[in-house]
Amino acid sequence: MSLPDGWVMVIGLEVHCELKTATKLFCGCPNMFGDDPNTNVCPTCLGLPGSLPVLNHEAVELAMRIGAALNCDILESTFHRKNYFYPDMPKDYQVSQYDEPINLNGWLDLPDGFRVGVTRAHIEEDTGKSTHVGGDGRIHGATHSLVDYNRSGVPLVEIVSEPDMRNADQARAYVTELRAILVATGASDGRMEEGSMRVDANISVRRSENDEFGTRCEIKNVNSIRSLGRAIEYEAARQIALIEAGDRVIQETRHWNEDQGRTITGRVKEDADDYRYFLEPDLVPLDPSSEWIASVRAGLAVLPATRREAVAAATGADAAATAVATVVDLELDRLVIAAVDAGADGRIALARASNEVAAEADAGRALDASAFTALVKMESAGELTATQAKTVLGELLAGGGGDPKTIAAKHGFEAMDTGALDSIVDEIITANPNEWQRYKDGDGKVTGFFVGQVMKATGGQADGKAVTAALVARAKG
Amino acid sequence: MSPTPSTAVDIAAAVRAGDVSAAEVVETHLAAIDAREAELHACNAVLADQARAAATRIDAARAAGETLGPLAGVPVALKDNMCTRGIPTTCSSKILEGWRPPYDATVVTKLQEAGAIVIAKTNLDEFAMGSSTENSAFGPTKNPHDITKVPGGSSGGSAVAVAAGFAPIALGSDTGGSIRQPAALCGVVGLKPTYGAVSRYGLVAFASSLDQIGPFAGTVADAAATYNVIAGHDRRDSTSYMEPLTPISEADLAGDVSGMRVGIISELLGEGIADDVKRRLTEAADALSAAGAKVEETSVPACIYGLSAYYLIAPAEASSNLARYDGVRYGLRVDADNITGMYTATRSAGFGPEVKRRIMLGTYALSAGYYDAYYGKALKVRSLIARDFATAYEKFDVLLSPTAPTTAFGFGAKTDNPLAMYLSDVCTIPSNLCGDPAISVPFGTGDDGLPVGVQVLAPALGEPALFRVAAALEGSAP
Amino acid sequence: MATPMAKRLTREEVAHVALLARLVVTEAELDMFTGQLADILEHANDVEALDVSGVDAMAHPLRLRNVFRDDVIEPTLDRDEVLSQAPAAEDGRFRVPRILGEAP
Repeated sequence: MSLPDGWVMVIGLEVHCELKTATKLFCGCPNMFGDDPNTNVCPTCLGLPGSLPVLNHEAVELAMRIGAALNCDILESTFHRKNYFYPDMPKDYQVSQYDEPINLNGWLDLPDGFRVGVTRAHIEEDTGKSTHVGGDGRIHGATHSLVDYNRSGVPLVEIVSEPDMRNADQARAYVTELRAILVATGASDGRMEEGSMRVDANISVRRSENDEFGTRCEIKNVNSIRSLGRAIEYEAARQIALIEAGDRVIQETRHWNEDQGRTITGRVKEDADDYRYFLEPDLVPLDPSSEWIASVRAGLAVLPATRREAVAAATGADAAATAVATVVDLELDRLVIAAVDAGADGRIALARASNEVAAEADAGRALDASAFTALVKMESAGELTATQAKTVLGELLAGGGGDPKTIAAKHGFEAMDTGALDSIVDEIITANPNEWQRYKDGDGKVTGFFVGQVMKATGGQADGKAVTAALVARAKG
Repeated sequence: MSPTPSTAVDIAAAVRAGDVSAAEVVETHLAAIDAREAELHACNAVLADQARAAATRIDAARAAGETLGPLAGVPVALKDNMCTRGIPTTCSSKILEGWRPPYDATVVTKLQEAGAIVIAKTNLDEFAMGSSTENSAFGPTKNPHDITKVPGGSSGGSAVAVAAGFAPIALGSDTGGSIRQPAALCGVVGLKPTYGAVSRYGLVAFASSLDQIGPFAGTVADAAATYNVIAGHDRRDSTSYMEPLTPISEADLAGDVSGMRVGIISELLGEGIADDVKRRLTEAADALSAAGAKVEETSVPACIYGLSAYYLIAPAEASSNLARYDGVRYGLRVDADNITGMYTATRSAGFGPEVKRRIMLGTYALSAGYYDAYYGKALKVRSLIARDFATAYEKFDVLLSPTAPTTAFGFGAKTDNPLAMYLSDVCTIPSNLCGDPAISVPFGTGDDGLPVGVQVLAPALGEPALFRVAAALEGSAP
Repeated sequence: MATPMAKRLTREEVAHVALLARLVVTEAELDMFTGQLADILEHANDVEALDVSGVDAMAHPLRLRNVFRDDVIEPTLDRDEVLSQAPAAEDGRFRVPRILGEAP
């Protein structure tokens, strides 16, 4: 969807991701999704009177990895209390980071090269979870709510982007790339459907000739990358319609309703959100040593962008190409690189990996690289046609490995020798003089007929490309 | 069997030697409680069954030849803002009436591991906010020296428990003077340790950067013995000192102050301090001089701003610490049609007026538009106070001041005017702001015959010097 | 120069603060609290004269930094013991009256 002429949309994204630690941010309760309610709780994450927080070392390590992966400055930081009342908050304040966060001033490049600024990525604790009873599960219409504190205290990193995105595609690409980075660093498993990665979008619109940003709305409850796109497009259209009708956009939090396909006004603001931030007196400052920071940066996993560049360089494809992104996304790039390193044709390696192997990605990740390499070499040497190669590959994947030559032999996929092919082509030409005449007169459509006939005659063993070449040669001479 | 000794140190020695059984010790103290508790109301709960069971275990351990802890058989009373598993911990508030914590405070575990026997949970000003124990939701505690007078606060119950012989030692908490001031008014020893020396895990928080748990005792030696058990690093408290702390030694308790430099804080001898209290302070200073200390007056200029800074910082932290009392997970709930209504109905019914006052004051001090002028500025004033004390400690080993401006006042004397009540803490507040230790030692009586306390202050981790001077004062007290 | 402190505290400000703190006060209490709080804040004005320019805020007495725990599981509480203290529980969860709005 594109905006109507004369309008610009401004998008900033806040992504909360749960860190993949064994325990919670401030206590030793298991960090586990899906357990029985209120079985992973203790005085600290229940906020019982007298309880105190102690910072999880691993959570800091993972937060620093995120900062490093997003090109941030990693700084000395402090924790603050964000005070507000809500039943999923056991202390009625959230321990977060305010004006001295751990990670600042980074960026993330989208696959097409567009750079989105990352303002900050800070550490905070998660809240419990409420379920609303009596209505249709939503807050409005509920008679009461039930609260589970298993999630309370789970470590989060909140990643705030600069408002650099201008359309839904960029927003989706940002979230996709960010997710891949989070997974690559081991910091998070990025499962939006489980809530381990949550995206809120801040959206405003303005007329192109205006310099100032328009009033923005925050959109919450977006549960998938696809919903993100839909929500952004809906919201932009809603705001534009309001402004064109002479109304103002009210700054507020709205909720995306997936079923109805629209955003709905959220909280009624009964008091301005005065969080009364102050330094958390139960914690001390966090000042990671330069050695620790250096080791995090040095030890950072290879990020998706680097892997895409490697695939591009090896295969001659464009780093922004879909096939390249697919192969890296599904962690099949190792196969492609191994094949090219062993002298196989990069283009074919990429094609097979991004199509046939991608379709069976789990099997593909387990596939022996040398088997894949051998297969690609057989195809590029003409020993197998593309069709035959796909068949062999399918069996390699289904069988969890094997030897391509053996499989090919089993199917009787011998390379056709040129002499045999030539005589068959000559026979078909002789048997179909009218069609041959049309071919010689330039009717390209007849090519398919001849190729088909040759295929039939050879039981599918002819290489389509070789047949076409043979026809061309005969038409000339 | 011998009669039960009266000090913790002697009881522990007697129990260890087999001269008296832990069971007898407990009975003696339960009898003392029986005799005066109805009159004094120091206790929110008397834990007779649990104490007897603990005594039985100690006696059995001794009979089996096991090594006993340093406080084995010693009854201890705990201020009712320290979590005791399965036993109501109310903070003397309606909002926590009947709440049974599912865990023990670290200090409780340490005391029990040392063999001490928890005999009572004591009364306090609600959520430790007050200087007279009149703010308790369950009725005030009376001063055993004169039951028309307050015992001080907020740890009034613990001070009285020791003063009236219910237990030789008790624990209190001190945020602005809540151990030292009641100790002075009740004529017992009360120590506020260095911030971070004693774990706060399990202490219901009032003001997190100011709160510390400390001992009440009838003697300086008992206070030291208790401090030695409860002090030390706790991995559950991020604000707990990491390095091992120096225990108070016999040498410290010998009280040899010759050559020590003692500074009398001139700002704390001003008009707000009663004449009889000033006289006792002068006598105390003279006693230290006579014992070989070098005593002179000194100025700590910024300490007069302590009250102002404290009454912005403490309520600000309290307003956040007390937000969790919302009727959702434990404690009082007053139902309503919706959650916000439930919050306000519960908190309005559950908190007393002093607590509400401080929550509102603190909320205001932190709120948008006022942060810099109030809370933000108070934090800078705090720096100035700390700086002036640090300067004084370059020239002096310890400082001296009265603990409280007057002897115990009568019930209702200050309840109409919160500000007047707050002025009770003028001498004690600076140590909390700086995080430094201070101890109150009884030193004679006022013109009305009521106890007077003298305060000794030291820099952070200066407890050994503190106890040295305290022991000297105890030895020369009138 | 130091930021001047606010003028004497008003009833409206106290009412707003009570709302933020989820406290309900009667009209009479509002008057009483306003007077008392205003007195306390005015007393705090004695720091107005203090020059704090160039002074760092001291939010905490300790110089400690970097206190951590290892990422190791510890015993959790027994749910029954926890819920036994709950004012209302249902299905292993804490039950609360209906919530009117989403979280901030």
